[in-house]
Amino acid sequence: MIPALVVFAYLAVILYIGIFAFRKGKATSEDYFVASRSLGPYVFLLSLFGTNMTAFAILGSSGLAYQRGIGVYGLMASASGLVIPLSIFFIGTRLWALGKRFGHMTQVQFFRDRWECSFIGTVLFALTAVMLVPYIIIGMMGGGHTLETLTTVNDAASNSVMIEVLRNGQTILEPKHWISYELGSAIVAVVVMSYVFFGGMRGTAWVNAFQTVMFLTFGTLAFVLIAKNLGGFDHIVERLAANPKTEGLLTRARISQQEFFSYTFIPLSAIMFPHIAIMCMTAEKVTAFKKTVIFYPLCIAAIWLPSVFLGLVAADQFPGLKPGESDDVILRLLTANTGVVVAGFLGAAIMACVMATDSQILALGTMFTKDIVSYYAGAERFSEATVVWTGRAFVVTITVVAYFIALALEDKAGIFELAIRFAFSGFAALAPVMLAALFWKRSTKWGALAAALWVAGTMAGSWYLYEMSAGLAPKPGQSFVQIFPVLGDLFLRSPGNVLVYGFLPVMPMVLGSAFFMGIVSLLTKAPSRATLEKYFPANADSPTARQTK
Amino acid sequence: MKKTIPLTLLVFVVYALHQDFWNWKQAEPLLSGFMPIGLAYHAGYSGVAALVMVVFVKFAWPAHLENVEPYRADNKTEAKR
Repeated sequence: MIPALVVFAYLAVILYIGIFAFRKGKATSEDYFVASRSLGPYVFLLSLFGTNMTAFAILGSSGLAYQRGIGVYGLMASASGLVIPLSIFFIGTRLWALGKRFGHMTQVQFFRDRWECSFIGTVLFALTAVMLVPYIIIGMMGGGHTLETLTTVNDAASNSVMIEVLRNGQTILEPKHWISYELGSAIVAVVVMSYVFFGGMRGTAWVNAFQTVMFLTFGTLAFVLIAKNLGGFDHIVERLAANPKTEGLLTRARISQQEFFSYTFIPLSAIMFPHIAIMCMTAEKVTAFKKTVIFYPLCIAAIWLPSVFLGLVAADQFPGLKPGESDDVILRLLTANTGVVVAGFLGAAIMACVMATDSQILALGTMFTKDIVSYYAGAERFSEATVVWTGRAFVVTITVVAYFIALALEDKAGIFELAIRFAFSGFAALAPVMLAALFWKRSTKWGALAAALWVAGTMAGSWYLYEMSAGLAPKPGQSFVQIFPVLGDLFLRSPGNVLVYGFLPVMPMVLGSAFFMGIVSLLTKAPSRATLEKYFPANADSPTARQTK
Repeated sequence: MKKTIPLTLLVFVVYALHQDFWNWKQAEPLLSGFMPIGLAYHAGYSGVAALVMVVFVKFAWPAHLENVEPYRADNKTEAKR
């Protein structure tokens, strides 16, 4: 019960931070949606990093390392450490400047103005909104499950107390919990909704900064305590190396070189996520980006390195877990090797990552308010108070709808997780659109539309191939299977993915998007001279350059 | 332009170094007695990525953005909550 109490104390603290942010805020839409563009360098770094951390970084990476070994770090963390800071450096700084100069708060506002077209903005709004919603639902589900797990009732011998429950007309035994999944999801929904509702972007940024500090602190503490309790890691690695079933975990024998290479395209998605792009507009000065891009790779290493390594430790401690079962190996290690208070603090930190939905909910609320309501109904018709309250109404609506979907489709979580996987590729494939908008004068709305259609089509196609080839999926360690033998190795099926000539679909998706953006732009009419002069003023090397001194 | 070529080359070289095929199927040597070489290499790679960003901040910083003229919605007044 102590871990649960720690988690509740944590929820109370972040609720307080959100309400404190409300008292510090001004009643303007710029303040509510982008914190008056006033965040300092440290809060900006921590909140941007915290916003991009999801439950997967903690729970998923350990679970995946348990199954596939050390390569998971190179697969996801070290590539992100290079690509994400570079994209923040080149794209994030320009988005910040565009927001400051022209008042933009969303990517869609920029695209509409840059290409003089309402429709392309609406298409990109729809595409990004559809790709964002599964994250919010999964966050809600994750919160419910984490609270349920942390409040499992144990008997005197530390075994779970079992109770009879009726499921699908059958009576089965399940562990007893103080807080059910339904109540846990509701608590998470209410807490997140409250501080986003009151605190807006300032509250969300402060909460994310607090969460990042907490996770870095207690994650490190947990790693040290586990190492101490196990008497160091040397003998664990020796045992893993001596066992033919686990020696592959210490190398990249379970990851192909093509897959490893294709994963370097995935981090392009980060800057295209609406909540990350909007967060880039919250810095007070562009110089805040300096510390962010330099420390970002180190923050990633600080989180992922222990997480991946603990996945290996878990393979020694709890052998034989199947893919779905290995997702909670961190919690198992904590329970077995640390005190309950530490486990509670880390449980709170895991909750923090699960609750990364806050910035996504706010981003969706911002997009609905700015890109749809204000744009189509006419921004001049609304007072600032109305715009803020419209945003708040959307925050409530999105949270309530996500909560009921999380309840109704609890057993369909796999669909949303799959949607997230494909959404990563989709957002990554939209990066060429953003790069063209920012740096290529000749880019056109038709090029952007062609790229967006390519992204939507290939995402749907990948999902279709994934589902239709499920029966062909080889077991781990077996060779890939040709999905259509007549097409040779064009489409292959691995245990967990569809591959294109051995590469993940994200690679052709990104390259195809860049191709269509380029070729269709060249074949169509460029934007007007006035727009080009607005975004690419003479004697400047950036679309936003307008020296005032 | 003087800086563009070396900086572009730097990114390509570091990007290529991510694909360390020479460490693919070996666990040893173990760094500090427990960290497999493949993991130690990529931990170091994260440090190199931070250094790359130091180089970009020093030599390719978009200083002109520091003087962007801010947008002012003068016709909007602060409203009551």
